[in-house]
Amino acid sequence: MTRERKRKIESFIALSLSTLAALFGLFWLVFILGDVLIEGIEALSPALFLNDPVPPGVAGGGLRNAFVGQLMITFFATLIGVPVGVLGGTFLAEYARGSKVARVISVLSDIMVSVPSIVIGTFIYAILVKPVGHFSGWAGSAALAIIMIPVVLRTTEDMLSLVPWTLREAAFALGAPYYKVIIQVVYRGAAAGILTGILLSIARVAGETAPLLFTSFNNSYFSTNMNEPIASLTVSIFQYAMGPYDSWHAQAWAASLMITVFILMLTILGRVIIRWRYGKR
Amino acid sequence: MKTILTLVAAITLIFSFGIAGAAETLNGAGASFPYPVYSAWGYEYNKATGIRLNYQSIGSGGGVRQIINRTVDFGASDAPLKPEKLEKENLMQFPAVIGGVVPVVNLPGIEPGAIKLTSNALCKVLLGDITYWDNKIIKKLNPDVPLKHKKITVVRRSDGSGTTAIFTTYLSQVCPEWKEKVGAGKAVKWPVGIGGKGNEGVANYVQKVKNSIGYVEFAYAKQNKLSYLRLENAAGNFVKPSFESFQDAAASGDFDPSKHFYLWLTNAPGKNAWPISGATFILLAKEKKESNPKVVKFFDWAFKNGDDTAKRLVYVPLPEPLKNKVRKYWKSQGIY
Amino acid sequence: MPVLFKKNPIDVAFSIITGLASLSVLVFIIGILYVLFTESSPAIEKFGVMKFLTSTDWDPVRESFGAATSLYGTAVATAIALFIAIPVAIGIAVFITEISPDFLKSPIGIAIELLAAIPSIIYGMWGLFVLVPIMADYIEPALQSTLGNVPLIGILFEGTPMGIDLLTAGIILSIMIIPFTASISRDAFNLTPEIVKESAYALGATKWEVVKNVVIPYSKLGVFGGIVLSLGRALGETMAVAFVLGNNHQITTSLLDAAATITVTLANEFTEADSDIYLASLFYLALILFVLSFITLAIAKFFLLKAERKFSR
Repeated sequence: MTRERKRKIESFIALSLSTLAALFGLFWLVFILGDVLIEGIEALSPALFLNDPVPPGVAGGGLRNAFVGQLMITFFATLIGVPVGVLGGTFLAEYARGSKVARVISVLSDIMVSVPSIVIGTFIYAILVKPVGHFSGWAGSAALAIIMIPVVLRTTEDMLSLVPWTLREAAFALGAPYYKVIIQVVYRGAAAGILTGILLSIARVAGETAPLLFTSFNNSYFSTNMNEPIASLTVSIFQYAMGPYDSWHAQAWAASLMITVFILMLTILGRVIIRWRYGKR
Repeated sequence: MKTILTLVAAITLIFSFGIAGAAETLNGAGASFPYPVYSAWGYEYNKATGIRLNYQSIGSGGGVRQIINRTVDFGASDAPLKPEKLEKENLMQFPAVIGGVVPVVNLPGIEPGAIKLTSNALCKVLLGDITYWDNKIIKKLNPDVPLKHKKITVVRRSDGSGTTAIFTTYLSQVCPEWKEKVGAGKAVKWPVGIGGKGNEGVANYVQKVKNSIGYVEFAYAKQNKLSYLRLENAAGNFVKPSFESFQDAAASGDFDPSKHFYLWLTNAPGKNAWPISGATFILLAKEKKESNPKVVKFFDWAFKNGDDTAKRLVYVPLPEPLKNKVRKYWKSQGIY
Repeated sequence: MPVLFKKNPIDVAFSIITGLASLSVLVFIIGILYVLFTESSPAIEKFGVMKFLTSTDWDPVRESFGAATSLYGTAVATAIALFIAIPVAIGIAVFITEISPDFLKSPIGIAIELLAAIPSIIYGMWGLFVLVPIMADYIEPALQSTLGNVPLIGILFEGTPMGIDLLTAGIILSIMIIPFTASISRDAFNLTPEIVKESAYALGATKWEVVKNVVIPYSKLGVFGGIVLSLGRALGETMAVAFVLGNNHQITTSLLDAAATITVTLANEFTEADSDIYLASLFYLALILFVLSFITLAIAKFFLLKAERKFSR
């Protein structure tokens, strides 16, 4: 019976370790989110949203410019990234379904999803900042769009593939051309999935800092001109957290809280849509 | 579909020109050394004129790089560029304000200015030859200070920095071993230490790491209540960093417009001169004919109205004769 | 099959537009390679390939550059991260799939995925403000007084505990990739057919034996792919480590020393490099990083595809 006991004990130890590992993971989640929440809420104030930055030492500065800048950069990145991504995914799932080209592009996209974002920043600097002669919000949006496209493309491809082929055949039988079938039948069937992909891709790029450092740069004033350098929350967090001033640190925590809440909400919304549309998984 | 497309086109068009439209912006980038004073000037200028001065503190190396690449309206560098380099890159250069680089330490329980160092001792610390605070060289200089047996952590810059250039130029002047092993420049190969980004980053790391020593522009030390050192100057006196000791260093400088004001103020001869002082410079691209007069207008305004702000932050405004020299230089370049 | 329907001109146009959109990915990859290569060519000409990769020089004054210090920092930080993250992530996956009661499975899964969604800059900032003091005041001195005295391992913990170093960077990086590795491992574990597990239990196997002898062998390709994918992620992570690494271009044996990774070097120095060869060297670093992570990710993808195919058959 000792052998039996040994097996039981071994099993118990291994499973306890796994449980500890899970607790360890959750511990960090609570620790980090807790800190962001506590420090962030403490630093929240109307001035943060209503005022622009002031020189260190002057009271009452805010990050209005960075909030607006972040939204604009992300919005235009979405405007560029989503159509390209959805159309590209459509090609892979429909016109090129099952072909070698489709498989290669799909694999390359998967790789592109994880490529270091800072490299994309250097790339955009070389093609959109240096030749043009100034940093710009557009360059920042372009960098984020490049990160976004493969994400949207892959989810679109997967979601379109889930739409049963018979649905398309039914539409063909009515004499509809393929593009009409895609737009009116396939997209409709996969809409929730595609939307989730879009939400997740926005969540992915909204927290990016590295590709913005050399592209949209920073601006201490409120600006909506995408042709100019434009402030973003993430770059401001980097600048402020690395800086020596207590007022900067507080604002960096508050900005972190806002951006974390925004991204977590998008992520949760995405999951809710998936669950509502495709059931428990 | 069509309506969406038109909408998108319209939005794109609007944002290309900016809704706020009217507000003019001057984009500058570079040295973090004068960032506190430029941002304060910019803030007041914006209130007075409505024109925005977007100055990004990315380091002097960055200021030079970005003006060479013409990605900003003006660059800023604490390290003056040599006249040949300026000609080659088709740039103009003039000083804007004078300040001092000060060694700062994080030694719990020790008063600011309590510790004095000779240039030689400072050099040995930065070369990694002196590794503990109670080293006998430091002890001998400071017999009354209760120094503990703690390891020294050097904090220096990680980015291309004019503050570093001023600091290492000084070290190369006073310490042959430094000149031979490391040299002077905006970024050097440091023998020891951790790198912070910008004066901001160094100040931040010094605050966080106990028993550390770093170097920052004095405004950063003052705003963040960092503890500074006293240093031995060229005249052999131990001096405190202050407005007066910076001014004394500035007094010795003879800026020459024909050399685009190329001049270092380190190791100045004055009796009470702070040994690591320097002017900080503005770089303009000659062919930026449209933005140059606007940048010059801003600095002219600052020369006239900004002295008090500068003094409050412990920078030394340029002396009146030098300001006039700079204005003459602008005129000769046709931008004033 | 779809070819049949391409007769319609709008259809042709639509297929071309979508085709071009999908090609954009290819264009980006080739474009990035080409642009980085041209931008870095002065440095490639001056320093060559092997010399650049092996030179520990990073000396802007004498304009002599090498990638070895940045590569070393990248390798060590990534190694520490994986060393911590792999066992923890697999433990989490085992917990979610095999141990946890059903009502907990989905909340824990969601929690882990939320952790994966937090932007890396938050990790970095939290690391600087919260983890660095803890490391400097408690963990690093404790490590020094215990492991520091063990022969051989001891040299890893020499130096001053200041919290801004490779060890802290590695730990933050590990916290960042744990959720990612865990969720891929969990997905791989879930691919194990229920029937095989049931049979093992029927034979009297303990839970751990089922995991060890059935689940892991079944899913090892997927788990391995997931680990390599995390490796690729960790290699290219910038913001999580930029705050706490100290950008020090030196190869040191101690984990308690500041260091530099390729990404941190780029983030700190890219906009500030004043000479052309300096900037070209930075582009060169970016090129190396791109190629390195591309290859790593491709390997990961290869294993993940293989794992998928195994089960679709």
